[in-house]
Amino acid sequence: MRNDLSKDALKRLYAVMLTIRRFEERVVSLYPEQEMKCPVHLCIGQEAIAAGVCAHLGTEDYIFSTHRSHGHCIAKGMDLKPIAAELYGRSDGCSRGRGGSMHLADPEHGIPGTSAIVGGCIPLAVGAGLSSVMQGHARVSVAFFGDGAADEGTFHESLNFASLKKLPVVFVCEDNYYATNSPRSARQPDIPIAEKGRGYAIPGITVDGNDVLLVHQAAEEAVMRARSGGGPTLLEFTTYRWKAHVGPNSDIDEGCRPAGAHERWLKKCPLEMFQRYLLEHAAVSAEELERISVRVDREIDEAVVFGKNSPYPDASELTEYV
Amino acid sequence: MPWTKIQADDSRGRVRFGGGERPERELSYREAIREALSQAIETDDRVFLIGEGIDDPGGVFGTTAGLRERFGAGRVMDSPIAENGMTGVAIGAAMTGMRPVFIHMRVDFLPMCMDQIINHAAKWSYMTGGRVKVPLTIRAVIGRGWGSAAQHSQSLQALFAHIPGLKVVMPASPYDAKGLLLGSIAGDGPTVVIEHRWLYDQKEGVPEGPYVIHAGKGAIRREGTDVTIAATSYMVYEALRAASELEGEGISAEVVDIRSVQPLDEGLIVGSVKKTGRLIVADTGWKVCGVSAEVAAVASEYAHDALKAPVKRICLPAAPTPASVSLEKAYYPGIEAIVRAAKGMV
Ligand SMILES: Cc1ncc(C[n+]2csc(CCOP(=O)(O)OP(=O)(O)O)c2C)c(N)n1
Ligand SMILES: [Mg+2]
Repeated sequence: MRNDLSKDALKRLYAVMLTIRRFEERVVSLYPEQEMKCPVHLCIGQEAIAAGVCAHLGTEDYIFSTHRSHGHCIAKGMDLKPIAAELYGRSDGCSRGRGGSMHLADPEHGIPGTSAIVGGCIPLAVGAGLSSVMQGHARVSVAFFGDGAADEGTFHESLNFASLKKLPVVFVCEDNYYATNSPRSARQPDIPIAEKGRGYAIPGITVDGNDVLLVHQAAEEAVMRARSGGGPTLLEFTTYRWKAHVGPNSDIDEGCRPAGAHERWLKKCPLEMFQRYLLEHAAVSAEELERISVRVDREIDEAVVFGKNSPYPDASELTEYV
Repeated sequence: MPWTKIQADDSRGRVRFGGGERPERELSYREAIREALSQAIETDDRVFLIGEGIDDPGGVFGTTAGLRERFGAGRVMDSPIAENGMTGVAIGAAMTGMRPVFIHMRVDFLPMCMDQIINHAAKWSYMTGGRVKVPLTIRAVIGRGWGSAAQHSQSLQALFAHIPGLKVVMPASPYDAKGLLLGSIAGDGPTVVIEHRWLYDQKEGVPEGPYVIHAGKGAIRREGTDVTIAATSYMVYEALRAASELEGEGISAEVVDIRSVQPLDEGLIVGSVKKTGRLIVADTGWKVCGVSAEVAAVASEYAHDALKAPVKRICLPAAPTPASVSLEKAYYPGIEAIVRAAKGMV
């Protein structure tokens, strides 16, 4: 593992990953109350990708995401309160209760939005990249999407145009090997998704997405290439979703994904691996990690209270914002 | 915000339709569109045009001819043949500060982009609680004739008009073509501007400066007392011809140019029907679940007591467009069908 990151940077990465993990775990524990009345697609097990990529982005840079977007939005700097309120369908939600878990947005933090249409956001990210070039600022645009989205035409159309115009776009594929219950092997020929970049003259690389330092390193190069006019990069991060495709439960008993693989991936927990690294190789103390943990939990507590106390949107505003 | 300085014409039909006695210079429909695009690019740095072959010498029926030479490939951009993805690109640009105009030679290519138009462009404002807008203009051309057949001459306005969050306008005159197009580009949401191929040579007086017409306003093109003919796009001309013929037979027809399919100018239609007591709807599209059905429903809901006869609809039969000229003739209704319908009602 690399060790050129400052201790502060490492701790920030850890805090982001932990926030995502704990936030999602809180959703798991609160969901049975049936107060979050919307489908939730949790990213537990995949936190390193959001954290490692967004570490290179400023507030003005753009990210676009999918149905599984909580982690990306948190990593991009979005406040937890409007996220929680949105999951509760309240008027202080980031989308004023019109979006729900699948449509988080926060333009002030460079999150124009998230689409729950598989592959839907990829061209939007390319459009933001085009916009960035046309307006002459060096904003980078990141498209987060799953391996399933690489089945879609929009993926290919987007790579083609981004490469043609050398746009400042980073394509980030979170390859968790499944699209709902359908394995990638049933949907795509057996080549790494990153290699599909070659057909469009886009550099692609496959990286262990559970190792946040490897993610960080790969993303750094891609973001720098984009920012300096070198065009797009396709990053494929291999990872695994711990929970069911949708909802707070495990799907391990459903038999769609082999139990052995699940066990193996649980042992590759991105958070535990990074924690061990910090303690053993980065001179971060257990007390420091504990302080982060306490702070994260408090922020989540506050967000949940905020969300639950926010009023519901009034029925009289049903057709507002159309 | 350069658009706020531009005059809005929200009157309904200030302009005499079909050219003639206007003091200003005359422009064809195609020239009016080209002028609108040039003025939009000049007025607002955020505007750019994109579409397949829009920089060809032909320039999309002449509507974009010469613009690439004038404004450069950065503002007038050829596009890969990837309609859905490129619509997404345009949407992404729109939500991050640009005002793209996506131009399609045929409306028939837009089914390729339905995901991006329906699930993204139309939804984004609502899904983000109004925080992110999509000021995107989509120009699409409809038309008929010369054996264009089933995949090159559809009239799909109803598909778009069904979707909340989309505006759909169908200019019939050069004046409207310029104003509605500029109104769309100046607006905050996605608008589909549907042009008819047979209208590109129409001429009328068009003001030289930029002006905007906002979606949502129809126009009375001819006043009458016995029957209202509400028509879209090219069918407005058939309706006007029918009205002249009916006049000779002692029937006074009022012609409403629908202009904006979504939002529909319900007030104008209802007002006219209350006056005449009879309604014929003439649309370039199919009858079933089409624009004519919506207009008829509006009359039934809000002017029922005034109706002296059942509403008649002059639209396309439920079949794809044929190629053979004999079948085309049977396929497209026109002045005769409108006249017949009116005579049967009065
Ligand atoms: C266009 C479209 N097709 C199908 C679906 C249903 N669907 C929702 S998520 C999903 C799987 C997506 O898989 P992937 O892109 O790998 O993301 P992951 O869920 O693994 O994060 C599918 C098929 C959809 N939302 N949109
Ligand atoms: Mg997947």
